[in-house]
Amino acid sequence: MAKDLQTKIQAQGFNFHYGQKQALFDINLSIPERKVTAFIGPSGCGKSTFLRSINRMNDLIEGTRIGGEMVVDGVNVYDKEVDVVTLRRRIGMVFQKSIPFPKSIYENITYGLTLNQSRSKSELDEIVESSLRRSALWDEVKDRLHHSALGMSGGQQQRLCIARAIAINPEILLMDEPCSALDPISTAKVEELIEELKDTYTIVLVTHNMQQAGRVSDFTGFFLMGSLIEFDRTRTIFTSPSKKETEDYITGRFG
Amino acid sequence: MQFSASTQPLPKRLLGFFAVLIALTAAVAVVGIILGMFGNFLLNGGTHVTWEFLTEFPRNSNTEGGIWPALAGTTLLVLLMTLLGVPVGTATAIYLTEFAKQDSWFARSVRFAVNTLAGVPSIVFGLFGVGFFIQFMGGSIDAAFGSSSFGDGSLLWSAATLAVLTLPVVIVAVEESLRAVPRDLREASLALGATRLQTIVKVVIPNSVTGILTGSILAVGRGAGEVAAILFVGVTYSSEVLPSAVTEKFMHLGYHLFVLSTQSPDVEKTLPLQFATTLVLLGLTFLLNLTAILIRSRLRKR
Repeated sequence: MAKDLQTKIQAQGFNFHYGQKQALFDINLSIPERKVTAFIGPSGCGKSTFLRSINRMNDLIEGTRIGGEMVVDGVNVYDKEVDVVTLRRRIGMVFQKSIPFPKSIYENITYGLTLNQSRSKSELDEIVESSLRRSALWDEVKDRLHHSALGMSGGQQQRLCIARAIAINPEILLMDEPCSALDPISTAKVEELIEELKDTYTIVLVTHNMQQAGRVSDFTGFFLMGSLIEFDRTRTIFTSPSKKETEDYITGRFG
Repeated sequence: MQFSASTQPLPKRLLGFFAVLIALTAAVAVVGIILGMFGNFLLNGGTHVTWEFLTEFPRNSNTEGGIWPALAGTTLLVLLMTLLGVPVGTATAIYLTEFAKQDSWFARSVRFAVNTLAGVPSIVFGLFGVGFFIQFMGGSIDAAFGSSSFGDGSLLWSAATLAVLTLPVVIVAVEESLRAVPRDLREASLALGATRLQTIVKVVIPNSVTGILTGSILAVGRGAGEVAAILFVGVTYSSEVLPSAVTEKFMHLGYHLFVLSTQSPDVEKTLPLQFATTLVLLGLTFLLNLTAILIRSRLRKR
């Protein structure tokens, strides 16, 4: 990795088990700060599991075990001292399915903001507007902020979820196949958004869509059967991968 | 290929015809029983259900007058029962779905207890009420505070007994609605830095309010018609006044019906009263169940 890049997230010999089944094998990689890092690979290769290990979402699944370290800003997030709630406030997440809360658009954005502190109405208004502007949604919804978020289109809902995640001002944004349920136009909008957000956030993106990884990411990791086969600059991965498996996958020979 | 109407041999078709006939007869019989029952009570008791009947005290050893204290007693009883039972049932359901490890021995024992509770005959709950609520709890309270009102059957202990009896209904209904809240919604909340408790309070419970309501109404419907469980714990066959405290005894529609039909000096004379009381009791439970069904269908539509 180039020297001028700061490492934000670092996995060191990271293993993951679902019960008896091992899903991740000895993952070592460094994700640079304020870049877009994409993970590609066939279904079940472990890329989502890895992503969900960064903000410890897998803690919610019974019978899971980890080994090795997942270091964010020099701290292993699985250390006993780490408060998982604080951790998740620093690491936003956008899921595959857009899942707005069955509340108003406004309340969706303020949900994370008002959990631990009370804020003034004007402060909330301001954050709601700036989050929606940053997720390119403001002009579409500014007149119906207090209507239910469930009345929005699928693409709008997903951008609302992004707005909701960035409203609490995280440092890292994890995106788990954020466009897999969206039409091409909405996908393009979300991709545009990723492009804009990477100046502020470290973005880690899991995608099924290799073209998407090629378009939006700076770095790409290729997972296969729970192992990280190759991790490099996206350009390198797509033009001159060093592993045969990567090349086979990229050129569509399997997967 | 041809599809002719008679590809099957005759005996087979006859068999099919009889199967449908039997199933249909059974279905019609069920509807018939319910219509017949309602019709009977409506014909014999309908004209007696007047405003006076609903609002007057019984007179002349329950052979004349109305059912007001029984109606009021039943209402007070189920209200108090709901206040005692629904919070406990809801909390149990929340524990089971949100906090317990699903295959832990404790969660399994709780589930086993709930299922067993649902199958216990109601008279046993009555005996439990006498032993646990009246003698143990009431007795302890009286001993501790020097009072004398808790160690006897009362509205309070009857409501508590019914609350225990209806717990499984509440727990199952609430659990079902809690499980219907998508996991994604919980994860979205947690990913925004909400604690487990915040997620439950702000996302899970608001999304299952209808389920909690359904559970309560089903419990009320079940509790309102229950007689055996309260026989020993506070119901009385005649009362000149409405209970003015939860430690007093009360009248109850179901028990009143039993009294009218078996304990009256002139059973023949009370027949119209019996029909009318039954009608009121049936109407009450029917209304409560109907409300539950309506709420449920609205829940499903969302």
